[in-house]
Amino acid sequence: MAHIEVAEGIPGIRSLVLFRPETGEHLYKLVQALLRGPSSLTEAERELIAAYVSHRNGCSFCMNSHAAAARCLYGNKTALVDEVLEDLQRAPVNAVLRSLLRIAGKVQVSGREVSQEDIDDARHAGATDGEIHEAVLIAATFSLFNRYVDGLASLTPEDPAEYAVMGKRMAENGYVLPAKKS
Amino acid sequence: MPHIQVNKDLPGIRSLMAFSPRTAEPMGALAEALLRSSDGMTPGERELIATYVSYLNDCFYCHHSHGELACYYLGGDRELVDQVRKDYTSAPISAKLKALLNIAGKVQKGGKQVTPADVENARSQGATDKDIHDAVLIAAAFCMFNRYVDGLASEAPTDLSSYGPRARQVAEKGYGSHIYANQQP
Repeated sequence: MAHIEVAEGIPGIRSLVLFRPETGEHLYKLVQALLRGPSSLTEAERELIAAYVSHRNGCSFCMNSHAAAARCLYGNKTALVDEVLEDLQRAPVNAVLRSLLRIAGKVQVSGREVSQEDIDDARHAGATDGEIHEAVLIAATFSLFNRYVDGLASLTPEDPAEYAVMGKRMAENGYVLPAKKS
Repeated sequence: MPHIQVNKDLPGIRSLMAFSPRTAEPMGALAEALLRSSDGMTPGERELIATYVSYLNDCFYCHHSHGELACYYLGGDRELVDQVRKDYTSAPISAKLKALLNIAGKVQKGGKQVTPADVENARSQGATDKDIHDAVLIAAAFCMFNRYVDGLASEAPTDLSSYGPRARQVAEKGYGSHIYANQQP
């Protein structure tokens, strides 16, 4: 049961932004700008960074929903999502994405963990300033979302089928503040 | 030196917001809604939570910036702000705020660290659902801001006297694009 009185039966972040739409509105706009706005990274790659950070934070709601969105967006390469979550070292991702995922993993621990060497590696692989900025901000933002969702003990469904539906909605519609049911 | 090429005349998060106005807009609006509301907690109490979490995350720029803001709202009581940073349990603040700082400290470590007993304790000291929500979200938000600021190694001025004028600017005009688009105070 959630730590505060939120609408029953609504999972995760949706229940929290419905409780406090004054802040929820901006959280949704931020994640829409970050994960769906113009970028040289694909939407699938950005969702994968979000799922990877959520996995490292042990937030199963965010991990499962963003992994589901990434699988939808990757189309015929869905296995890649699970390979990255299982073992980044061995996963067949390109050099830029691998270096950005490493930076995101450092940011998950602390901003201060990111070293000059991490940045040099990313640049050597071909990452731009914009891509480094995005990887850091996506990791930082999911350090927020994961704590928000788990810190208030919001409802976390266990049925994988529910996440497949969520992932499809996130892939097709992006992030739109849910409307209060009357 | 910052990890990416930003405007050298802007400190900390201001330089990052100017680099990416598209994401700065909702971040600024979130800070405005979360830290300048008087619904339940006062802006001073909210900034104290932000300062405490930023201090735990060892984010020099954020804990000094928000410490100055808390100080401004609390009538210049710098000693109180410092006590909250170092040991809020012995600070002369309400039992309710102590219970909310306890929750914020748990969130800084990880969302799952917050126990039903932490929440019950806050409730018994008079915290409402909205207070508990806001304390969790302020703590979570600073786990984002702190990581953003330090993860890109943005410039944190070491001259502490430069933090006061910026805090006054935010206290008087709020959070928003003016903090990086206009001339720095």
